[in-house]
Amino acid sequence: MNINEKLATLKYNKDCESHLSVDNDVCLRCSEKHCTFICPADVYEWNEQKGTLTIRYENCLECGACKIACDKKNIFWRYPNSGFGVKFKNG
Amino acid sequence: MYIEEKRSIIFIMDRFEVIVIGAGPAGVSSAMVLARAGKKVLLVERGDKAGDKNVFGGTIYAQQTADIFPDFWKSAPLERSIVEQKIFMLTDTNSSEFSYKYKKDEHKAFSIIRSKWDNWAVSQVVDAGAYYAPKTLVKQLIIEDGKVLGVQTEFEKIYSDIVIIADGVNSIFAKQIGLRNDIKDKDVSLSVKEVIELPKERIEDRFNLDDETGCACKILGGPLKNKMALGFMYTNKNTVSIGFSMCIDDFKKCKLKPYEVLEQLKSHPTISAYIKGGKVIEYSSHLLPEGGYNAIPKLYDNRVMIVGDAGMLVNNIHFEGTNLAMLSGKLAAETAIDALDRQDCSASTLKEYYKKLQNSIVIKDMRTHKNTISTIKKNISTITSLYPELACQFFDIMSSADCVPKRAKYRKFLATIIKKAMLPSIPLFILAMEKCFKK
Repeated sequence: MNINEKLATLKYNKDCESHLSVDNDVCLRCSEKHCTFICPADVYEWNEQKGTLTIRYENCLECGACKIACDKKNIFWRYPNSGFGVKFKNG
Repeated sequence: MYIEEKRSIIFIMDRFEVIVIGAGPAGVSSAMVLARAGKKVLLVERGDKAGDKNVFGGTIYAQQTADIFPDFWKSAPLERSIVEQKIFMLTDTNSSEFSYKYKKDEHKAFSIIRSKWDNWAVSQVVDAGAYYAPKTLVKQLIIEDGKVLGVQTEFEKIYSDIVIIADGVNSIFAKQIGLRNDIKDKDVSLSVKEVIELPKERIEDRFNLDDETGCACKILGGPLKNKMALGFMYTNKNTVSIGFSMCIDDFKKCKLKPYEVLEQLKSHPTISAYIKGGKVIEYSSHLLPEGGYNAIPKLYDNRVMIVGDAGMLVNNIHFEGTNLAMLSGKLAAETAIDALDRQDCSASTLKEYYKKLQNSIVIKDMRTHKNTISTIKKNISTITSLYPELACQFFDIMSSADCVPKRAKYRKFLATIIKKAMLPSIPLFILAMEKCFKK
């Protein structure tokens, strides 16, 4: 079962604004990019050509792992506004 | 009272005696104890419904739950009463199992589904007289002159004499008041889980259960070997919850994706037999505080207390979290009641909460295991790789009839135990003995 199939089991209410953000200049200098591995929902993807971090915030499981794993403390993390984000039925 | 569409009630109420942030086990317990004592308490929850945002491994503990909700088993949505605790020790291909089974009527723990349970718990709190505001995200605490005066939500400012912070492992508000720093990556685990639907009878057959009983499993080794990681499996009525947790600094070292490790665990021959043919109905993830006693922050200040995961109150050696959350929630509420009656909500009064924790299993047990995690970390390969290997080797000797003389097999087995297991575990053993005899 791949990650897209896993995420398809979840119910989300997508907010129009992202609750996650980074300073891309800091990401450019980051050699580890732990966020691209540790996120259980594959929210972060590094685009080598453009040199930017893509953030698919709508897939976020709101666990907080990315912010702790980031060595540069560069992930500005908050909860989505009320009524938005993931909704677990079997947590 | 449910406050959802009728938000104006908050303005009519003017102020509360206590605001509890977060309707998990800790927050709900606080609100319950306060409501029963007749205090004006508001429970706020960011999810549309309680449980929408909550994920845990699998069980609640009967004694602590009954302390908050007497006779809960009569009306609460429970899945199964746990009657067996099992440990799987995996090698790459084989496994050995240790299991402890007890009488059905002991009712030590129950598997539950959080969305159902949390909603039920909140309904009890509302019946007891608490005000409950779901779909309410607290943006920040209102602080003036170093004193917490209430909470600022997306909609309004709400004032109270005391705020109880029960916003979970990521606690934004414990951080806002400076009682907690950023969690260190070695002090927290990331857990991923899948809930797999299977016909009820098939679960009962595979786990050797009847229609009310359940099994709680821990999984060592296999794809989790040599890492600070542990797998788990819990039986619910019609589903099996399976997952694992791994320390964030281990994730950083191995650069593995959590869901790929989960797939490896699910496809281990021993584990896959339990979930074969099932349908994954939900994938989820959550953080677990793993720092133990040394990571507990100061849990009180003027007009504020921190409970449950927000205070890092987890005894990970015994897989206890929900019970400590409930107990800490209760003790904070009792302290709040006393402080409100004395009309003194200062830090010096609320310090009583920490004293109560010290006299309870929360701090006592966490202190007992103050250094256990670091000792386990030092011996992680022994525990997650060598022990499963040895257990399987033992059974392999007992079950294989071939041309090798038994004496040669025993000699080889004993040599491995002495060299790899006994010598390195002497410090562990001494530590364990010290613990047992120390007060």
